[in-house]
Amino acid sequence: MNSIRKHDLLLLALGIVVFAVLQGLISARIIGSFWQLNLLIIGINVIMSVSLNLINGYTGQFSLGHAGFMAVGAYVAVVLTTNFHAPFIAALVAGGLVAAFLGFLIGLPTLRLRGDYLAIATLGLGEIIRIVIMNIDYVGGAAGFKGIPHYTNFTWVFFVMLVTLFVIKNFVNSSHGRACIAIRENEIAAEAMGINTTRYKVMAFAIGAGFAGVAGGLFAHCFYIINPSSFTFMASFNYLIMVVLGGLGSITGSIAGAFVVTFVSAALASWPEFRMIIYALVLIFLMFYRPQGLFGYMEITDFKLFQRFKGGRK
Amino acid sequence: MAELLKAENVSEVFGGLKAVSDFDFFINKGELVGLIGPNGAGKTTAFNLITGVYQPTTGTIEFDGKSIVGLKPYQITQRGIARTFQNIRLFSELSVLDNVKIAFHSHVKYSVAEAVLRLGRYFSEEKDTEEKSMELLKIFKLDGKAHEMAKNLPYGAQRRLEIARALAAQPKLLLLDEPAAGMNPQETQELMEMIRWIRKEFGLTVLLIEHDMSLVMGICERIYVLEYGMIIAKGTPAEIKSNPEVIRAYLGGEA
Repeated sequence: MNSIRKHDLLLLALGIVVFAVLQGLISARIIGSFWQLNLLIIGINVIMSVSLNLINGYTGQFSLGHAGFMAVGAYVAVVLTTNFHAPFIAALVAGGLVAAFLGFLIGLPTLRLRGDYLAIATLGLGEIIRIVIMNIDYVGGAAGFKGIPHYTNFTWVFFVMLVTLFVIKNFVNSSHGRACIAIRENEIAAEAMGINTTRYKVMAFAIGAGFAGVAGGLFAHCFYIINPSSFTFMASFNYLIMVVLGGLGSITGSIAGAFVVTFVSAALASWPEFRMIIYALVLIFLMFYRPQGLFGYMEITDFKLFQRFKGGRK
Repeated sequence: MAELLKAENVSEVFGGLKAVSDFDFFINKGELVGLIGPNGAGKTTAFNLITGVYQPTTGTIEFDGKSIVGLKPYQITQRGIARTFQNIRLFSELSVLDNVKIAFHSHVKYSVAEAVLRLGRYFSEEKDTEEKSMELLKIFKLDGKAHEMAKNLPYGAQRRLEIARALAAQPKLLLLDEPAAGMNPQETQELMEMIRWIRKEFGLTVLLIEHDMSLVMGICERIYVLEYGMIIAKGTPAEIKSNPEVIRAYLGGEA
């Protein structure tokens, strides 16, 4: 019991150290504006991939519509900050809640489907959300929503990311999270163990969608403008790649996956002609040698080094 | 004696096939009852009807005096019926300990918010779940393998883990679907003693499907024999052994 608390404190300390180092590098202008922007994108992608991992990796429900929920959160947040001058935090929370509610509404009927069928249904729903937004003139339609205040900075992204990580980590390591994992492992057995499988599938879907909405709010306030083409199914696909690359069912893996994918595509920005080729080769190579993803089911806290560090502090 | 489970006139029709018909039976509190019959006789269908996997086409099923027809499998488990599976259905990529912890699910009271914020009951209930799970594993001699992946256990141990997991759901009635399948005679013998022991220790009522006659005849107090979806005989092991219908069903030939 005390060891769980110590565990959390240690992770929190680790997070703050990472933040301090990166913030220091930004203040010292060692990290230039190009990489500063990429740091924001990495943080947002971490939120996206960890929340998608809750649905795909932990609960085993194959969703391909995550960018749709991000879009909902993004548009709700920008309308609130730009048109109603709401505080940023309130806009983020509202975006998350609306996305979660939509996840709940969509999840209830679609999560009866399994495997490929669910993937296709969520793919379609993600596209529907985007096309609906594209046809709402109030938010600028296909041309996009302009004049968004630039609120998102590294501090915001980092701490929202930290909150997301803790919420999902704590959820997964509870009886409720175990219920989700049981559904992934064997739905029939899970039901026979007294788990309301529909409830937990929808819950995981709604929580995942909610955090995607928050990530959307952060993403939207990075730039002066957002438009629906940022939230196509290719974007959903990209988040899925991060999750699979890092390891389905590992939070550490999702962080690593988001980092690697974003970093590689940013580092190759100067060679656009090779970018997709190298990106594809990296993926093929990784899937060949680590089909379970970089971390498999492992977490950073499972490694010996971390355990020893924790032990040494007793 | 009080009836814990009572099925009356239950039948299950799949298309044109009557998998189970006019199924009448009861189990008293504390009894150990066997359900036997040739392959395809409808034994597992009967289990699936009791646990809510299938809904009966006709008839009533009562548990603890209340109808359980129309309830979902998880609701029936929460009412107090737990089962094992003929074809093992463990959470194979998870640890042995997690397999058992998952089954405590419906007895854990803390909310999602309490889990996320790590408040109040979270710590005490998690500790409780872990301790109780380890106790169960100890009973089934699996405590040494608590942190191994379930799929890496030998076959017999996987069967034992299924029973341990079912018990973690804290049932009043335990349904065992061919628990001795694939076990050697010595393992079957051990299993028999274990079933006897847990029944006494946990105050359970047990319904057992089994092919292994030595096991069924050895521990069951009453036996129902199914053939082609119908009960062709019922009674004590001694009565069943000498019943001509049963001999015909099992050995073939004319009665």
